[in-house]
Amino acid sequence: MILMIDYGAGNTASVANALDEIGTQFCIAKNISDVKEYEKIILPGVGEANYAMQQLRERGFVELIKNSKVPTLGICLGMQLFTEFSEEGETGCIGLVNCKTIKFSNMNEKVPHMGWNNVNTKNDSILFNSIKQNEYFYFAHSFYVEESKYAVASTKHGIEFASAIENKNIYGVQFHPEKSGAAGLQLIKNFGEL
Amino acid sequence: MLTKRIIPCLDVKDGKVVKGTNFINLRDAGDAVELAERYYHEGADELIFLDITATEEKRKTLLSLVESVAKVIRIPFTVGGGISKVEDIEVLLKAGADKVSLNSAIVHNPNLIVEASKHFGSQAIVAAIDVKKTSNSFTVYISGGKVETDLEGFDWCKKVEQLGAGEILLTSMDSDGTKNGFNIEFLKPLVESVNIPVIASGGAGTMEHFYNAFNETNVDACLAASLFHFNELKIADLKKYLLSKNINVRL
Repeated sequence: MILMIDYGAGNTASVANALDEIGTQFCIAKNISDVKEYEKIILPGVGEANYAMQQLRERGFVELIKNSKVPTLGICLGMQLFTEFSEEGETGCIGLVNCKTIKFSNMNEKVPHMGWNNVNTKNDSILFNSIKQNEYFYFAHSFYVEESKYAVASTKHGIEFASAIENKNIYGVQFHPEKSGAAGLQLIKNFGEL
Repeated sequence: MLTKRIIPCLDVKDGKVVKGTNFINLRDAGDAVELAERYYHEGADELIFLDITATEEKRKTLLSLVESVAKVIRIPFTVGGGISKVEDIEVLLKAGADKVSLNSAIVHNPNLIVEASKHFGSQAIVAAIDVKKTSNSFTVYISGGKVETDLEGFDWCKKVEQLGAGEILLTSMDSDGTKNGFNIEFLKPLVESVNIPVIASGGAGTMEHFYNAFNETNVDACLAASLFHFNELKIADLKKYLLSKNINVRL
């Protein structure tokens, strides 16, 4: 059973539809009091970092995620919230990986980084099982997670940034697997099978 | 490297695709959800739905369309048509849409872009802009091209970027429906003057038109409607052709 966290900002419907398609069971919690048994967590993400952190705090989810021992996947903004700090709204984040979320700036490429781009996996991340190297995934974001030892995949848009991160049970992807066709479904399936 | 996008556009009325289907039986065109599913499987990079339902039930029909579409496709999609409030945007995004397209509402109330991009992020806010050539400049039209404004095309595009729009959907009314090609004359200087992605719309008739738009301007995406609905052009064939001409697309 996957616990999906609905903090008002995230696009839970699209992730729910993708989970339905691959036949993975999930439940959605809007508040800590909704949480029952679960084996994994997904933190989806669309929205603004400062507002999202405020919502996670108010709904009692920050500690749950911070102390999570189960496989936990952050998508887009969800992944960025796993870092120490985001320049979007200058907010402290959950701090599960020791790196920062930074605004795309001073470059020739357009912002937001919007559309299908290659994901270059650096090592054998289990999330990318049965997915080919340099596969296209769909991105839509103006802030990125900087390169660090936690980056298991990178993507180039003006600069190279971490398009997937991993730290023990913590996983994050900058792109939207729920909007990335067959490859995206495979990635969600891989997470579901962890 | 970011690929160039091919975007079928579906003009929808009461759940049915209407534009471009005037000359054939509506049943042949299929409903919007079926067509969306077909385009997803044929390799469309994203889809745009513009709702032209004119009844009071509009909000409900648009929402139910978004819910149904989100269930069957795994690519991003934008919805537009008469959206004028932050609350409406929230409902549509939560139902599974990735972006909303705003047109007349942001001309009447430019602050809507500011509010909406603050709430949902710029990446979710598409400014749809319809321009028409008038003597020696381009003028912005609203209300489905029926009402002339006093806004100049380039100025308004720069303004929506500044207010927080994440993308511009630029329709050239002079080119729309002509099948004579995209409006390079406007698009080329436009993409050089803004730093957000631009979708070219209006005028697609052949594969060369897509190539010309991507080759001669730095637009990020090209949109077409009837060309795809009628099966005059298959998305997969178009993308193979573009790739053979060294335009970076996702196959």
